[in-house]
Amino acid sequence: MALIAFILIGAVVVLSAMLVIVARNPVHSVLWLILAFFSSAGLMVLIGAEFLAMLLIVVYVGAVAVLFLFVVMMLDVDFVELKQGSLGYWPFALLIGVILVAELALVGAASGSLTFDTFDPSPGAETNTEAIGAVMYTQYLLLFQLAGVILLVAMIGAIVLTLRHRPNVKRQSVSAQTGRRRADATELKDPAPGQGI
Amino acid sequence: MTELGILHFLIVSAALFTIGVVGIFVNRKNVIVILMALELILLSVNINLVAFSVFTGTIQGQIFAMLVLTVAAAEAAVGLAILVVYFRNRRDISVENVDLMKG
Repeated sequence: MALIAFILIGAVVVLSAMLVIVARNPVHSVLWLILAFFSSAGLMVLIGAEFLAMLLIVVYVGAVAVLFLFVVMMLDVDFVELKQGSLGYWPFALLIGVILVAELALVGAASGSLTFDTFDPSPGAETNTEAIGAVMYTQYLLLFQLAGVILLVAMIGAIVLTLRHRPNVKRQSVSAQTGRRRADATELKDPAPGQGI
Repeated sequence: MTELGILHFLIVSAALFTIGVVGIFVNRKNVIVILMALELILLSVNINLVAFSVFTGTIQGQIFAMLVLTVAAAEAAVGLAILVVYFRNRRDISVENVDLMKG
């Protein structure tokens, strides 16, 4: 039963991945990518790695794919023109693909029968999430924190890259505003009657 | 082969990896699709890590898959930011002429 489900979902993964790279419209590519991510999450659920599956959906579909959609729709690119002449790339790409498949098959053949009799998605705990949490916040705390630093650096990098300083834009200067005294802004006059200032 | 084993996951993962690499070569003009192909490659790595983690009964592979996920998200953000800046400068996202940006 699990095998049938695996074959169905795995076929969806591979098919949608193929459509990602051959789709004419990049928006369609992104949508196929989302399908690939969803069905890979399904594959992970099949063997009990639920936390990673949900994380895949949240991070990839919720953040990365939406980011891709934003950029694809924001950039005003002539995608028809981009596709032109890409047919000439296929022979070389297929050659690379065949070589890669042959290599992977060689590795698979050399490794013999890969069978483990220790199937356990959540070793030492009730649920998968519990098992991950018990290890992640103790043994791998440093790596976890480092992952946060990586995200921070990526965030700052993306902001710095896309920030642009336009001239002739009036901006708020908080220090100038709060540093202003009454003497800078007002002047006390004592006009004589009937003369004005 | 009648029962769901690690080999099935390795086959799907290898297929995904190959598709990703071929995608990089095929879409040489379109950086956005190249970035998507990179995401496919990282996804295949993640499937491998999770499969080995579950079938060997160790949790470390899933922790590592999470770190790969983090790096993939960071890479997508920075890559797309570079793409946006490149588009602003050239009005075009063809990779073939990137060397024109040389200072």
